[in-house]
Amino acid sequence: MSTMNTVGRPTTPNRVESKPATLTGGRGLLQNEALIFEGDGWGKTGVDLPQPATDGSDLGDLVRRDPIGLPGLSEPETMRHYVRLSQKNHAIDLAIYPLGSCTMKHNPRLNEKMARLPGFSDIHPLQPQSTVQGALQLMDSLSHWLTTLTGMPAVALSPKAGAHGELCGLMAIRAAHRAAGNGLRSDTPRNKVLVPTSAHGTNPATAAFVGYTVVEIAQTDDGRVDLADLEAKLGDDVAAIMVTNPNTCGLFERDILEISRLTHEAGAYFYCDGANFNAIVGRVRPGDLGVDAMHINLHKTFSTPHGGGGPGAGPVVLSEALAPFAPAPWVVNTGDGFQLVEREEDEAEQAFGRLCAFQGQMGMYVRALSYMMSHGADGLRQVAEDAVLNANYIKARLSDVMSAAFPEGPCMHEALFDDEWLKGTDITTLDFAKAMIDEGFHPMTMYFPLVVHGAMLIEPTETESKAELDRFIHAMRALAEAAKAGDVDRFKGAPFHAPMKRLDETRAARQPVLRWTAPDGSNMAAE
Amino acid sequence: MRYLPLTPDDREAMLAAIGVKSIDDLFVDVPEAARLAGPVDLPRVAGELEVERALGAMAARNATAGTVPFFCGAGAYKHHVPATVDHVIQRSEFLTSYTPYQPEIAQGTLQYLYEFQTQVANLTGMAVANASLYDGSTAMAEGVLMATRVTRRNKAVISGGVHPHYVKATETVVHAVGVETEALPAAVDAEADVIARIGPDTACVVVQTPNIFGTATDVTKIAEAAHAAGALLIVVVTEAVSMGLLKSPGEMGADIVAAEGQSIGNALNYGGPYVGLFATRDKLVRQMPGRLCGETVDADGERGFVLTLSTREQHIRRDKATSNICTNSGLCTLAFTIHMSLLGETGLRRLALLNHETAVATRDALKTIPGVEILTPRFFNEFAVKLPRPAAEVVEQLASHHILAGVPYSRLAPEAGMDDVLLVAATETTTEADIKSLASALAKVLAN
Amino acid sequence: MKFTKDHEWVKLDGDVATVGISKHAADQLGDVVFVEVPEIGKTVGKGDSFAVVESVKAASDVYAPVSGEVVEANDALSGAPETVNADAEGEGWFAKIKVSDASQIEGLMDRAAYDAFLATL
Repeated sequence: MSTMNTVGRPTTPNRVESKPATLTGGRGLLQNEALIFEGDGWGKTGVDLPQPATDGSDLGDLVRRDPIGLPGLSEPETMRHYVRLSQKNHAIDLAIYPLGSCTMKHNPRLNEKMARLPGFSDIHPLQPQSTVQGALQLMDSLSHWLTTLTGMPAVALSPKAGAHGELCGLMAIRAAHRAAGNGLRSDTPRNKVLVPTSAHGTNPATAAFVGYTVVEIAQTDDGRVDLADLEAKLGDDVAAIMVTNPNTCGLFERDILEISRLTHEAGAYFYCDGANFNAIVGRVRPGDLGVDAMHINLHKTFSTPHGGGGPGAGPVVLSEALAPFAPAPWVVNTGDGFQLVEREEDEAEQAFGRLCAFQGQMGMYVRALSYMMSHGADGLRQVAEDAVLNANYIKARLSDVMSAAFPEGPCMHEALFDDEWLKGTDITTLDFAKAMIDEGFHPMTMYFPLVVHGAMLIEPTETESKAELDRFIHAMRALAEAAKAGDVDRFKGAPFHAPMKRLDETRAARQPVLRWTAPDGSNMAAE
Repeated sequence: MRYLPLTPDDREAMLAAIGVKSIDDLFVDVPEAARLAGPVDLPRVAGELEVERALGAMAARNATAGTVPFFCGAGAYKHHVPATVDHVIQRSEFLTSYTPYQPEIAQGTLQYLYEFQTQVANLTGMAVANASLYDGSTAMAEGVLMATRVTRRNKAVISGGVHPHYVKATETVVHAVGVETEALPAAVDAEADVIARIGPDTACVVVQTPNIFGTATDVTKIAEAAHAAGALLIVVVTEAVSMGLLKSPGEMGADIVAAEGQSIGNALNYGGPYVGLFATRDKLVRQMPGRLCGETVDADGERGFVLTLSTREQHIRRDKATSNICTNSGLCTLAFTIHMSLLGETGLRRLALLNHETAVATRDALKTIPGVEILTPRFFNEFAVKLPRPAAEVVEQLASHHILAGVPYSRLAPEAGMDDVLLVAATETTTEADIKSLASALAKVLAN
Repeated sequence: MKFTKDHEWVKLDGDVATVGISKHAADQLGDVVFVEVPEIGKTVGKGDSFAVVESVKAASDVYAPVSGEVVEANDALSGAPETVNADAEGEGWFAKIKVSDASQIEGLMDRAAYDAFLATL
């Protein structure tokens, strides 16, 4: 037997009660990371470029002389900086991200791989059409999938996000009314858009933006559109209704066929906010519900990544009545090739214009089509079923410790709770959410929809396993029991274990500091 | 299906826990008439290999910028993007996170947005920038709307050098709100013409530099004229790299800068996703559209970042919001900020000069070709040439010889009567051999 | 001091009315971060939106409780919006309006009536 030279190295940990703060601000794997402007990067660069042969003096006074104020980092410093920052973010790849109405589902990496094929990523929006037939084919193919899944005859692909899609839909509706002689500025103007009180804020914002007066429709006690109120408010001054279905309370509008019938009888169009299409994809076609226009958030239903807030994509499917008013550009299959129609004058004079410089979010089209093809018609139907099953499972498992906002009947893809069950605990929805962070979970959507007090909207999506749901449910139940047991400190100061404590939003808004400036005021930028 | 973790046993157990017999019991609220009995008429589930084959075949039908002599610009530019950029933006924590509404667990996103805002403010020479908009064209539309809010006037005067698609996208949106526009006729070098069109009802003047024909202009005098009349100056920039060589919009008196940031960190992507840069003066910040990240402290007094001034936004103001925008271009913003961090001022200036030099070399190679006339007097990395034949035809012919020679102006504005104008862009990716190929092929095509 | 159902208060001194938002409204808004006061010389009608008050979580229009011309605005609020929370019905006033029809004030609630109104919310 020989002895190794490990004398003095302890192999069992000591038990120490106190937890001293660290001396440098770093905490284990969490690095304390300064802004790039606070380092020594002035004058440095992490890109090896040839030395230019000239100094731009041929441009005379047009040349920028003053310092710009952009530090540079070498490649290893760049990697470190952004990797350190990344570790301060929650992500779907880390754990369930149950943000209601946001649909944080798994983002397949095949989508990323496909979008990076040079044949899609390295082509210019204004190349001759003969050189991008495959790109046009992809757009045509995506259109086919979207129109078949929604049962609608046409789609405008170019809107760049959900809200941009709403704008597209409402502008098509406005153009259609105008073409029929009852637009905003006619003698008997259709100048109102009806929006339920539970709607997402973009709905009234978009309607008002386009020049309509927003009229709210009441909600019934069971969380749906109040048909009597809708009927009373429909008239020849109404241009459209904007209804989210399934709605923002996570419920299917049972009277949807009646809603669309009444709307059409009044001569108005039915705009459906398709943010929650993932709950019904493959099982219900909006076209069968009488919808005239609906945007589809490719970053929700069809898994294109949320990317910390974008880019999104919001194609809009359109009914026969609205299709002629779709904005440029669009793809036509001529039989012996694909044509991109870029000028509305070329084909349909009724097109309402153009929403962005080029063809929209091609990179997102590729990802969405990759996702759809992977699932197929049968897989997409399963997506809706599993999304709804997961949400109902959460609702069923939490309803005895929390208060469901609409306990009767099933929910669709998200489970909505109110804060009734927190009454008397001195703990708010916000406190509860922050304590979830300490347990390793991203909070659900809070205080939305506005119609439910202290709302907690939980959307698990179909890509969570039963084991992950059970882990989440276990944590939620433990927290709920702690809240009811009076363990107030656990909530009031939370989060304790996140990269940061609660941030002072009041201070940020009262004295906005929106950019870095040198401490001595010698900032090199203008003003 | 590989993305769906539930097993049939899981589903049974969960249905039992819910207290229903079948999945159909959870869809009872759907009217019977609207329930689909089975899958719609589309292909069934497909493995990775099948999807790769199908999409790969479509991708293979496209001529990529990196494989041919390539001279297309007009609002989208081919630049080299360092490998680091694409690696970092695919990190799970950036790719698969949401808008940073819970700042305690989103400091990664918030800090880079703050760095992005600072980079954009400094690049444009402005006081503040937002966390980005969809793209340059939608940024221009938002700029015009903002100007009408600030000045309480209702008309925008748009120079004939602004990208025709930007003008169209802006008009589509602002006309819907009742804002008037006066777009001047297309002109290669006549930005100052807008001065004569400024009136007491003018909310803003919109000029682009370098403009769609590549012409770079000092707009200081236009800013002075606009300000004297109580109007704002909006400067549009479609090639962000140009600001590494040319005087910044802020230095020339811009009140709002609406720019396309694709050139930094982002691929061509057949037109999107791109990243709209939006910057303005300090005192106008509360009228600015889009998300903003601001500095603050946490409960322990540590510096941190939050989304701020969000009462301007739709989710609080609803029908009184400054804009209906809900998203920014998150990941494209990150790509921009990483690429810019790698470049730094030193790299950016060098990159800009290389672009300019390559474009000058391209011009010099083309100007000797019989029948070719160079139209643009001063340019950054793009210029317009007049051809003896319709440019669209010439471009098609050169494409059949595997050369992407540029963008015919007629493609953007067929009504302008400039069918013989070709827009040619060159960047640091353009080689001497590319320039030679273009010049000799163009000479050959024009000689026939 | 009189109150409206939209939670503005008004105090008449001669023909000039000082206008602000009630303590109840300030409490409901939470931390006020920004106030936009009207320009001097602006003519407002009773019920017109004449100012904006923002907190972190909400933004509200403030409606003129009386018609008239704005003769003074509380510009101090732009640098210290927190005054609205600290002293809504005093230092946190928004504007002074030269009243064109003093009888409009008579229709408003007094403190007791406003308190009773709040109790019904």
